[in-house]
Amino acid sequence: MNSLRSLGIAAGLCGLWQLLVWLTDAPHFILPGPLRVLAALYGNIGLILQHAGVTLAEILLGLLLGVLLGLGSALTLIWFRRLRPWMLPILVISQSIPVFALAPVLMLWLGYGMASKVAMATLIIYFPVTAACYDGLRHTPAAWLELARTLGADKRTQLLHIRLPSALPALGSGLRVAASVAPIGAVVGEWVGSSTGLGYLMLHANARMQVDLMFAALLVLSLMAVSLYFLIDWLLRRLMPWQSETLFDDAREA
Amino acid sequence: MLGVDVRNASLAWQGHSVFSELNFHLPAGEWTCLLGQSGVGKSSLLRLLAGLTEQMQVRAEIVASDGKSLDGRVAWMAQQDLLLPWLGVLDNVLLGPRLRRSRVTPAQREQARYLLSQVGLAGLDARYPAALSGGQRQRVALARMLMEDRPLVLMDEPFSALDAVTRLKLQDLAAHLLADRTVLLITHDPLEALRLGHQVLVLQGSPARLTAPLRPQDAPPRAVDQPQVLELQGRLLRQLMELST
Repeated sequence: MNSLRSLGIAAGLCGLWQLLVWLTDAPHFILPGPLRVLAALYGNIGLILQHAGVTLAEILLGLLLGVLLGLGSALTLIWFRRLRPWMLPILVISQSIPVFALAPVLMLWLGYGMASKVAMATLIIYFPVTAACYDGLRHTPAAWLELARTLGADKRTQLLHIRLPSALPALGSGLRVAASVAPIGAVVGEWVGSSTGLGYLMLHANARMQVDLMFAALLVLSLMAVSLYFLIDWLLRRLMPWQSETLFDDAREA
Repeated sequence: MLGVDVRNASLAWQGHSVFSELNFHLPAGEWTCLLGQSGVGKSSLLRLLAGLTEQMQVRAEIVASDGKSLDGRVAWMAQQDLLLPWLGVLDNVLLGPRLRRSRVTPAQREQARYLLSQVGLAGLDARYPAALSGGQRQRVALARMLMEDRPLVLMDEPFSALDAVTRLKLQDLAAHLLADRTVLLITHDPLEALRLGHQVLVLQGSPARLTAPLRPQDAPPRAVDQPQVLELQGRLLRQLMELST
């Protein structure tokens, strides 16, 4: 049912797109129709997949590093209460620097290879992940912790058995945000300077008026991002069966 | 069995005294019900005995009948069931052993199953708390507390969120299962106090004072329609109304 609806939406959008091409009579190097893009995808599938692999690796590595760093920072903030007044302002101020503006510098420091793109993706998801994890860990219901104390749990056990599991839903939303933002970081990194990756391919195709190839690469990129999001969403549901249960209940009531 | 003396209890809240110089005794193996309106400091007293007083200005001299500290000998049951939503029913009952040691022994597992059958929830081991009714959840909380097998039991309005009939059933169940423990039950329901308490204390006024303990003749749990219970309930309600402004 759901997948049928998604297919319907996709078909409807493609129809509108084609209609726009017919109505404006735009030349194909300005706005190619959906069929032309599909043809470009089919004709260049090897090339596109090769670049997509590089971008995917950058996204996944950035995601891994960003999530580990973010979770680590949140745990540090929770565990060492005294660090909070020092670290929180730094975190907030660091957010006022637009990460995109750092891209050229990252290129300069880390080179044109994959490292600078991974760093870009890591940086762009670091703050949302840290904020979500920290909030989740901080907002453990006090009564649960008190109960744990009367049951004889020490601080470490309270963190592992009460704080962390109760923060899982918040960590999950941090992870979902990270999954949808990490591809942006990787592609921006590629735009600034690279010789591989979907971002590079799109820039290159655009410059040579191969707009159909540009759209084909864009299509693959968004497919990748959407699959990543749904994969993570699915994993999180598996990890939190008690949550999905209540979600289904909500859906039934609504 | 353990009796507890609380002497010279005092509580300050935002600079003014809520109560001071309170003295009372929890007789060994008996239920003491502490009755009073919200904000009179009942919960703080209970938390003091539970050792949960980090941010509160409540003080007292606590003397157990065997002269030792109360550390690790107190079980606490709150108004909310505090079941952890990510654990099944059985694992929630086993929370104490799970938190103290990483591995739960088969004997403890067996004991938890037995306690679940005692509270009338046999066969629901694997359910998540979200799939239980309010009464069932509070029964799990009761089983979790019994799992600890501590001599002193502190209950903070544990049945106040339940509907009337469920509440009566759970009162009977708790009275039966905790018959030989020393219990301090806090409540704002005179009927609950009179059904369950060997002695009933009322904390009221500003600064709050304790009334002399009321000791109904027979042993709890008492029936809801017992003349003595009804008469005393009327008296307590009148007393509570007169002293509140």
